[in-house]
Amino acid sequence: MLADKDRIFTNLYGQHDWRLEGARARGSWVGTKEFLDQGRDWITNEVKGSGLRGRGGAGFPTGLKWSFMPKVSDGRPHYLLVNADESEPGTCKDREILRHDPHHLIEGCLIASRAMDAHLAFIYVRGEFIRERQRLEEAVQEAYDAKLIGKDNIHGWDLDIIVHHGAGAYICGEETALMESLEGKKGQPRLKPPFPAGMGVYGNPTTVNNVESIAVVPEILRRSGAWFSSIGRPNNVGTKLFMVSGHVNKPATFEEALGESFKDIIEKHCGGIRGGWDNLLAVIPGGASCPVVRGEDMMDAIMDFDGMREKKSSFGTGGMIIMDKSTDIIRAIWRIAAFFKHESCGQCTPCREGTGWMMRVMERMVEGRAQKREIDMLFSVTKQIEGHTICALGDAAAWPIQGLIRNFRDVIEARIDQYTYSSTSDGAVPSIAAE
Amino acid sequence: MSVRRLADESVQPASFAFNDANAAWAEKRIALYPAGRQQSAVIPLLMRAQDQDGWVSRATIEKVAEMLGMAYIRVLEVATFYTQFQLQPVGTRAHVQVCGTTPCMLRGAGELIEVCKSKIHHDPHHLNEDGTLSWEEVECAGACVNAPMVTIYHDTYEDLTAGRLEEIIDAFQAGKGDTIKPGTQIERLNAAAEGGQTTLLETPTAKREKFVPPPPPEGSAPAAAGAPAPAAPAPAAAAPAPAAKAPEPTTAAKPKDVSEESAPALKGTPKEAKVSEAKAEGERKAANASAKANGEPNKEMRPNATGAESDAAKIDGGKAPGKKTAEAPAGEAAATSVKKSTKKIVAAPAEGLSPTAETGGPTPLFQKQEGPADDLKLISGVGPVLEGKLNAVGITKWSQVAAMTPEQITALESSLNFKGRVARDNWLQQAEVLARGGVEEYRKVFGKDPR
Repeated sequence: MLADKDRIFTNLYGQHDWRLEGARARGSWVGTKEFLDQGRDWITNEVKGSGLRGRGGAGFPTGLKWSFMPKVSDGRPHYLLVNADESEPGTCKDREILRHDPHHLIEGCLIASRAMDAHLAFIYVRGEFIRERQRLEEAVQEAYDAKLIGKDNIHGWDLDIIVHHGAGAYICGEETALMESLEGKKGQPRLKPPFPAGMGVYGNPTTVNNVESIAVVPEILRRSGAWFSSIGRPNNVGTKLFMVSGHVNKPATFEEALGESFKDIIEKHCGGIRGGWDNLLAVIPGGASCPVVRGEDMMDAIMDFDGMREKKSSFGTGGMIIMDKSTDIIRAIWRIAAFFKHESCGQCTPCREGTGWMMRVMERMVEGRAQKREIDMLFSVTKQIEGHTICALGDAAAWPIQGLIRNFRDVIEARIDQYTYSSTSDGAVPSIAAE
Repeated sequence: MSVRRLADESVQPASFAFNDANAAWAEKRIALYPAGRQQSAVIPLLMRAQDQDGWVSRATIEKVAEMLGMAYIRVLEVATFYTQFQLQPVGTRAHVQVCGTTPCMLRGAGELIEVCKSKIHHDPHHLNEDGTLSWEEVECAGACVNAPMVTIYHDTYEDLTAGRLEEIIDAFQAGKGDTIKPGTQIERLNAAAEGGQTTLLETPTAKREKFVPPPPPEGSAPAAAGAPAPAAPAPAAAAPAPAAKAPEPTTAAKPKDVSEESAPALKGTPKEAKVSEAKAEGERKAANASAKANGEPNKEMRPNATGAESDAAKIDGGKAPGKKTAEAPAGEAAATSVKKSTKKIVAAPAEGLSPTAETGGPTPLFQKQEGPADDLKLISGVGPVLEGKLNAVGITKWSQVAAMTPEQITALESSLNFKGRVARDNWLQQAEVLARGGVEEYRKVFGKDPR
């Protein structure tokens, strides 16, 4: 378990002053100039060496991503685009960074911009985070006033930061949709190639990073990449913000080392499962798009990228949704299907139509008003959506249902049997859905 | 996706104007974006208009379009795409947005929705009788650990119960919404666990201890040499040679296989991650290529590029040092149609070469010519793969291609499995012209550069 001195987000709960003065007292903006003076290659290598993997869900190595940016500018400006469009159900970590530790993010922007030769950074905050955005805007203004960023600042690397916001579209968390939205259009993902590092915002080279990935960089440089990589298991290193929601005794957000066991984390930070460990039914380990895992499989699970892959799920953003045995698991997954149906951007047919199909079939399965062969049909529909769309929303919509069928087929079949059993010769009894 | 339309004409106001404060704000906001990119301000402007009026009307859309020099339809698209924009009037005192997604659902969002139905209106997006309240179910408002929750205007009210929500709604209906403290409604510090936080109990300081890598586990002798020397002065004598080249402290504990390009995470592609990692690999190639092409943007991304046979593949395949895998992903990043045809040919040699071995023995179809080989790729229709195959059967010169007899062509096509290609792409004439006067002559005859 992580010691307090090794935690990066020291004001996670807003118990201290979030302003510049308070942030400085906790170590922000210390030594930033020395990092910048060592040049872009040093920064990139240090971040690469730290083993930091992107915190937005896909887990792509951050330093490697930075190195994709053109080494020599062809005259077009480079941009950093910070993805604060955190909208996946179960995920609410960036919110805490934006409202309680904004200077971590701003300092990270400056360092990351140096590493990719950018002089303009955008922070795209989701539209629903209104107070969080106001807080961030205030913090950015503080940084301007203290000449930490902006033209001719004390760090010797000019950087402007524009805090932009969306208006309630989950799809804008996809990097190319994010860029479309930033350009003032509908947030429909772009085809790749061209990739953002070659042609991103306004057609210029752009790197898109998650808030948490950027916000941890200053501390990594201050304490060295070796410190960061000494935490956790190889290839899954560092500290991470976890969020636990659902049926635990005390839901919470907290920073913990990667590679701890699921059981320890829940026991230590969340007061255990509601009704005891025997009452655990299922866990969605990394935000709504990750396949659901049965409770008994989670007992020995290690919470990191590889640990979750072993469980045929995904670590995602570290936002765990816990369900106890009182949960109607089919209904819980149906709600996720409804979410994706609502959030599909409508560009690719398999996703636009398929998310609606899946939701409607799931709706019937919640009642049990279905045929057992439709379970396989539903599975094959998910397979036909997965991988056949421009962006990963189609995949994200397919996985929860695949996870449900893989793990809880018996529950679906029992529900269908029950419905059939309760029906009369005059037809189905509609009231059993309410049971 | 959801279908969203503008409100009925009967409720649409005739005009919209920002008030003075908002107009000044809008001007500053537009100026924030790079020159010529004022369209970026469309969402912030619409949002500010909604804050002013409560909802987005047709007049608002038209006004914003005029301010930003955008077509009306483009702003209408944005207003209908983003679900946070209210396209019909909302309650004058409160519009309650209940999060109903799974994490909130698990903790009782259903009860909150029932409260809204009974206290406001049976249906979402409808005003209550005196027009002061309305409600809707929204998709995740991002406070999952404080579920269930509602958003009213700019503030969130978290950790709710049905009873508490009733009190909140009553307060707003009475015009006393500001008496309710936003945020969590129970004894709790924001997102910390109820009853006291489990982390961050020490007071943070600006002081950072210098990181000392922990001693390596027993039995890893070479790694032991990497530990800082002062830590173990006595056994240093036992390990003479390797201690001399102890690595830098910052890299000492760095696991070798982490985040290098050879990281197992990149190679052993898990099924779930396939899409994004293939994408990322392609992205790396693309970036490499563009950086190497004298700072020019990627050729393969340009409309006039020819796909896999363009320079991009050559640049990467030729120069990437020590990366055997470099060429294949670069091809992947290129146009897919070309990729497919190339793939088919790649699969061909096994079937294509065996008949020659059976019928004609080891003798190649063509007599190999003396002298340096010509660049057969200059013939339109011949790529690097085909060139290799032609070389393998003995063709290295343009003149050889030009002099092929119909029988030879048939034999070649059947053995290499690309029927009709020679005639279709007019190899003979191209090769003849190239053999006669090279690129210059080709340009003269065909009026374009070769390939």
